[in-house]
Amino acid sequence: MSTIPTIFDTSKPGRLAGGQTPKEGDLTGLPNELLRESKLVLPEVSELQAVRHFTKLSQQNFSIDGNFYPLGSCTMKYNPRGAHRAASQPGFLNRHPLTPAFASQGLLSCFWDLQETLKTVTGMEAVSLVPMAGAQGELAGGLMIRAYHEDCGDFERDEILVPTAAHGTNPATATMCGYKTREIGVAADGDVDIEDLKRMVGPKTAGIMLTNPSTCAVFERRILEIADIVHDAGGLLYYDGANLNAILGKVCPGDMGFDVLHLNLHKTFATPHGGGGPGAGPVAVNSLLQPYLPIPMVGKLDDQYIWLDENYFPLTIGKLAAFMGNAGILIRALAYALMLGREGMVRVAEYATLNANYLAAELSKAGFQLAYPTRRATHEFLITLNREAKDLGVRALDFAKRLLDFDMHAPTTYFPLLVPECFLIEPTETETKAVLDEFVSAMCKIREEAQENADYVKQAPHNQVVRRLDEVRAARELDLSWSGTEG
Amino acid sequence: MLQSIGVKNIDELFDEIPGSVPVANFRAIENSLTEMDMVYRLAERAKRDELGSCFLGAGSYDHHIPAAVWDLATRGEFLTAYTPYQAEASQGTLQLLYEFQTMMASLAGLDVANASVYDGGSGLGEAILMAVRSNRSAGNRKIVIGGAVNPFYVKTANTLVVNQGIELVHVPHENGVFDPKQCPIDDPNVVVVQQPNFFGLLENVDAISNWAAERNALLIAVVNPLTLAVLKPPGEWGDSGADICIGDGQPLGVPMASGGPSFGFLCSKMKHVRQMPGRIVGRTVDANGAIGYTLTLQAREQHIRRAKATSNICTNQGLLVTAATIYMSIMGVSGLRNTASRCHENTRYLVAQLEATGRAQRAFHSPYFHECVLRCVGDVGALTKTMITEHGILAGLPLGEFDESLDDCLLLCATERRTHEEIDHFVELFNRTLKEG
Repeated sequence: MSTIPTIFDTSKPGRLAGGQTPKEGDLTGLPNELLRESKLVLPEVSELQAVRHFTKLSQQNFSIDGNFYPLGSCTMKYNPRGAHRAASQPGFLNRHPLTPAFASQGLLSCFWDLQETLKTVTGMEAVSLVPMAGAQGELAGGLMIRAYHEDCGDFERDEILVPTAAHGTNPATATMCGYKTREIGVAADGDVDIEDLKRMVGPKTAGIMLTNPSTCAVFERRILEIADIVHDAGGLLYYDGANLNAILGKVCPGDMGFDVLHLNLHKTFATPHGGGGPGAGPVAVNSLLQPYLPIPMVGKLDDQYIWLDENYFPLTIGKLAAFMGNAGILIRALAYALMLGREGMVRVAEYATLNANYLAAELSKAGFQLAYPTRRATHEFLITLNREAKDLGVRALDFAKRLLDFDMHAPTTYFPLLVPECFLIEPTETETKAVLDEFVSAMCKIREEAQENADYVKQAPHNQVVRRLDEVRAARELDLSWSGTEG
Repeated sequence: MLQSIGVKNIDELFDEIPGSVPVANFRAIENSLTEMDMVYRLAERAKRDELGSCFLGAGSYDHHIPAAVWDLATRGEFLTAYTPYQAEASQGTLQLLYEFQTMMASLAGLDVANASVYDGGSGLGEAILMAVRSNRSAGNRKIVIGGAVNPFYVKTANTLVVNQGIELVHVPHENGVFDPKQCPIDDPNVVVVQQPNFFGLLENVDAISNWAAERNALLIAVVNPLTLAVLKPPGEWGDSGADICIGDGQPLGVPMASGGPSFGFLCSKMKHVRQMPGRIVGRTVDANGAIGYTLTLQAREQHIRRAKATSNICTNQGLLVTAATIYMSIMGVSGLRNTASRCHENTRYLVAQLEATGRAQRAFHSPYFHECVLRCVGDVGALTKTMITEHGILAGLPLGEFDESLDDCLLLCATERRTHEEIDHFVELFNRTLKEG
C-alpha cells in the first residue's frame, strides 16, 4: 500500500456526478453583492471516483471490525450492527427535530425507556440524555454543581478536586465551569491519597471528580470514606462514567455516594465510535441536583410522552445542543440495552473483568511489569515498560507502533502520567481468549526484537501505509488544507 | 482463564469492591431480546413517527442524500474506528479529515477549519469562547447577538459561556434583520451575525462586517454551509471578512434524525488557530519523506493542557464529518451550487403560491434564501397541528414563542426535494384548512 492522492488531486474542472446534480435554480432575485464570486475548492469527480477514493481511505484504518483494539478507557467492544439498523429506520432518520411531541410518540417512548434504564444502571434519581459526549456530560455536571451551590447561597466554593491521574477533560471541564482545579495525590496502591484529600477539602470545595474504577485501573476501595469526607465539607461528588463497563450490574455509582455522573454510551453501551464521534454522555443525578438537569427530557402525562423544558425545570442549567443532542446514538444505546437485558449487563462487567485479569496475569507471567501488581485488574489494567525503556532503550511508544505491524491497535499510551512508560490495556468483554493470547505473543516477540535490534523496534511501524510521522513538522509547518501543491 | 489468574470464580475478581457498597439491583431491567425482537419493537415505534412532506427548516433541512454517502460512511473501517491517536493506523480517517478541512475552509472563504464540534448550537458557544480568548485586548466580555440569530443556538451558547463572565447582548431584529445602529453598546468584544438569518433573510453582511471591524470587535458568522455554494463566503464579507465561521453541517449529507447526531463546523482566519477548540489534522511526512497525516496543534487540547486547554472537547462528530466529506465529494461544485439554487427557487415558488391564496403574506421584505416568514390569516398553531394530524405534513414553524409580534407567522422552507406538485398540494391544503379554521 502507499499513500493515496487527495481527492482534489484527482479532480478535473467540469466533471460531475450527473445523477446527483439537480437542475440549476434561478438566483436572479438575489442582490449580486451577496453572491459568491470566489472559486470553490470542492472535488469535481465522478461518483465512482468518489466511491473508490473513500473505499481506499477506509482500508487504511484500523477498526474494531477489523482489529483487536485494546485502547484503555475507550471500551472498544463490538458495536452490534442490529443497533445501527434499528436506529436507521425511516421513521427515526427522517424525523424533523421540531416535530411536535404528539407526532413523535415513538421516539419519545424510546427516550423514556432509555432514561429509565439508565436510572437503574446508575442507581440515580433522574437522567437527562442531552449531552453529546462524555466531556459535555462533565460540563453539564459541573454546571449543575455550581447551580446547586449558588442556589444554596454559597458563592465561596470555587475549587474542584481531581486526582492527579484524572482524565484531562476533568480539569478542562472545571475551567469551563469557572472553577479552579486542585489536584489530589494518588497513593502507591493506586487509590486516592486520603490524607491529601483531607488536607485539600474545605469550604472552598465545590466538588470532586472521580472515576471508579479509577484512571489507575483499580477499584477505589475507600470510596464511601471519600464520599463522607467531601460531603462533610459541603462538596458534591462527580462520577466520570468512562469506566462504568467494569461495574455494570455489580454496583451502582448512586450507591457509592456520588451526586452526579455522566455515562459514555459510546463506551459502555457499544455505540460506534465513528473515527472520533458521535458519542453521547447522558447525565444522571440524585434528587439534590434534579432541578438543574439540562433540558429537554422526556416525561409522561396521562399516557402521553411529553418534552420537559424550562417550564417544568425553571432552574435548569439550560440547553447544551440546538435540539435533542445525539438522538440517533441514544436509540442505538437503547437497542443495545434491550439486546443485553438484565443478565447480559452483568455479563458485560464479568467478562470484561475476566478478560482484563487474564491478560494481566499472562503478561505478568511473560515478564512484563504490572503497575499495581498487588491489585486486581478491573476491566482494564496498567503495565509499565519502564524496565524495557531503561534496559533496551525501547519505549512504550515504540512498542505501541510495533504492535500495529502485528495487526493490533496499540493500547492507550502514557496515560495516566504518573505511571512511567505505561500502557493502559482494556481488552473488553467481546474478545476471545485466542485474541488475548495473540496479544501476549506479540508483546513477547517485540521484546525479543528489541533485545536483538532495538533500532528496528524504534523505527516501527514497518508494514503500515506510512512510517512514523513527523509530528514536530506537522505542528511547525502548518499544512491544514490542500492548496494545490504537493507537500 | 480463571486458573491462570489464580481464582476459583469470576466473583472473586470483584473482591476489592467493599461489601459496604450494596449489590446493584437490576430487577427493573427486562430480560434480553434477540436482535429480531429488538428490531421489531423499535420498528413499530419508528413507524408511528413517519410523516410525509416537510416544509419545516429552522436549522434542520430535508435534503437528498446520495445512496453512496452512508453506504460508504458505515463501512466498519470508518464506523468502528476511534479518534486517530495512532496516526499510522488511521491514515484513512486522517486524510479524510484533511480533505474535510479543505472543503469547509473553502466554503467559508477562511484559512482553516477544525475536524468538527458537536453541533451548530454548541459550536456557537465554542466560537464565542474562542473569540474572547483571541481578542484579549478588548476591554470587556460583551458579545453582541445581532438580530435573528437562531434562538436555539443562542440559548445553547449561553449555557456554555455564562460561567466565564461573558455577557450576551441581544440586539432585536429591525424588520427581520440586524441593524447595528440599534446596538446599545459601542465597544463589543465580539459580534455574532447569521447569514441567511433565522428568518431566512439575507443580512447586509458587508456593512455589518465593517461596523464590527471599526470597533475592533471580532466577527462570528453563523452560516448554513450549503448556502455558501452560492452566497458570499464569510471570509470575504466587508473589507476584512469574518474572523470565525460556525454552523451545523446537517445540510451536507446528514439525515435530520431528530437533530442529531449532526456536526458543527468551525473555521477561522489563521491568526486565531491556536485558540481553536477540538481536533485539527495536519499534513506532514513520514520517516521516508512520504506524505502522511496526523493530529496536530495538540498543545491546545485537554489531554495535554488540562485546565488550560481551549476546551474540554475530545470526542466530536467524526462519522458525520465522514458522511459530509463524501457528500461534498459526490456533489462537487455543480451539485452543491445547483442544490442550493434549487432550494431558493422552490422556496420562492412556495411563497408565491401561498401569497396567491390571499391568506399569507411575507412578513419582511429583505431578500430571503430558502426559508421565509409568512404572516397568515388564521391560527398558525391550529394550522400546523391539523396539517400533521390530517395530512402528515410539517407545515412550518409557528414563530409566536420566539417573538410575540410574530404570533401569526410561520417560518417555511422548501428544499430541492419538494416538487411543484407537492408544493401545489400543500398550498391547496393550507388554503382549505385556514378557510375552514
